[in-house]
Amino acid sequence: MTQATSLAESVVQKEIHAQAQNNGVAANITHTQPLWLLAEVTYRCPLHCAFCYNPTDYDKHTQNELTTEQWINVLRDARKMGAIQLGISGGEPLLRDDIEDIVIEAKKLGYYSNLITSGVGLTEKRIQAFKDGGLDHIQLSMHDITEEINNFITSTKTFELKKKVAAMIKNHGYPMVLNVVIHRYNIDHIQEILEMAEKLGADYVELANTQYYGWSLVNRNQLMPLKEQIDHAEKITNEFRQKVGNKMKIFFVVPDYFANRPKKCMNGWGEVFMIVTANGDVLPCHSARVLPNMEFPNVRDKGLEWAWKDSPAFNKYRGNNWMKEPCRTCPEQANDLGGCRCQAFLLSGDAESADPVCSLSPSHHLIEEAIENSKNPVLQAQPIIFRTDKNSKKYASGESRERVEEFHALP
Amino acid sequence: MENNIQHSDIYAIALHHRFQWEEAQQSYVILFPEGMVKLHGGAGEVLKRVDGKATVGEIVAELKAAFPDADDIENDIIGMFDLAYGKAWLRKI
Ligand code: SF4
Ligand code: SF4
Repeated sequence: MTQATSLAESVVQKEIHAQAQNNGVAANITHTQPLWLLAEVTYRCPLHCAFCYNPTDYDKHTQNELTTEQWINVLRDARKMGAIQLGISGGEPLLRDDIEDIVIEAKKLGYYSNLITSGVGLTEKRIQAFKDGGLDHIQLSMHDITEEINNFITSTKTFELKKKVAAMIKNHGYPMVLNVVIHRYNIDHIQEILEMAEKLGADYVELANTQYYGWSLVNRNQLMPLKEQIDHAEKITNEFRQKVGNKMKIFFVVPDYFANRPKKCMNGWGEVFMIVTANGDVLPCHSARVLPNMEFPNVRDKGLEWAWKDSPAFNKYRGNNWMKEPCRTCPEQANDLGGCRCQAFLLSGDAESADPVCSLSPSHHLIEEAIENSKNPVLQAQPIIFRTDKNSKKYASGESRERVEEFHALP
Repeated sequence: MENNIQHSDIYAIALHHRFQWEEAQQSYVILFPEGMVKLHGGAGEVLKRVDGKATVGEIVAELKAAFPDADDIENDIIGMFDLAYGKAWLRKI
């Protein structure tokens, strides 16, 4: 479930008084620490979500996953470097049978650990093992209140299962954290979705408007709602928040396409987040591998400490030395650090330019065009390309360039 | 002060929240689903005494004894309770 971690980002942004910015200076001098370790333990997944932001060529990385022992070493090394929050994500992490071992080790090391799951593969036996092992919470993705939309957007029959899993999570005394990715097909059901969450006893609900990376970028014209729909959804969310108060915390993650300033992506490149992917690549953000001329470190080579502190990739966009105009002299620089490097490159072809979401960016018209295109009935009518191994193989081998031609890298 | 903290109140760390010392950060932190807060020294001193048994008044007295040179820490301590309760890091017993 990989649109899920934006909640983590939003809370970190709110709650951590981000460490001093470090102006492109290596972390061994500035002492940034990877507080948040996200372990994308597998790219295999039984679901086929249209909005998944795993790389479209993920299939390449399903054969060379890290072993249990390698993951345990990752956990140990990251903890030594200051990591506290651990997200176990994917793909669907439960497709691995060693999550229990990973959880036990995480507890021993003092992590606050979170399993981010679609719920498929969560059984009574496994959840009991997680509880005994010390897993702190489980974040479940939900898609809609209707069986029809749930099953359509995930291209699976998982609606009833999700409700069962939600009850199981609650019964085991876990806080219930629901993540709902919002798109054209469910945005008009926000009220009902929130009511369902309340009924299930959710403690935290994240309404995550789709961000356009990976499969969701390929399906942008199919998924993007109208501005009016988003405003309406936000209004309903605010009203609901008033009503439930502190009992259920609701996060509404605003879609950046409809803002005129970009998000402070990952709270800054190499500032607090460290992602280790299924095959051991160490990344500052999920989609960093789309960037050109970058070689990302792998835990099989020089280890995590080198990756975080000294690798050229992690130091490349730390701080603000890399910036161009208009970001370089922008008075608002500290708010967003120029936005997302991956979005800048994917859309404009220049990884060092301002995120096109910014209205001051010379490429801002690309966002305006994308919004216009998403209203075009002809483009809307193109079928969704679901996240399947078959489609991924086609992208990975270059056999298909369908709907990725306009981007400067394979999303 | 919004939450009207009383000396007789008793608080505990909220459910699903964890309070711990972090060696790498040299600070106390509160961890909860999808978030964390790094506490500065004074806040950590207050929260480490919150155990679901001690009253606010007892914690104030203890801290006054522990830091006799600090002026008027009572207000700061009550302010910390107010903030922590308002943020739902604490629950009232
Ligand atoms: S297909 Fe769906 S459930 Fe699977 S990783 Fe992608 S978003 Fe998550
Ligand atoms: S110009 Fe650059 S730094 Fe300024 S607001 Fe836009 S993206 Fe941020």
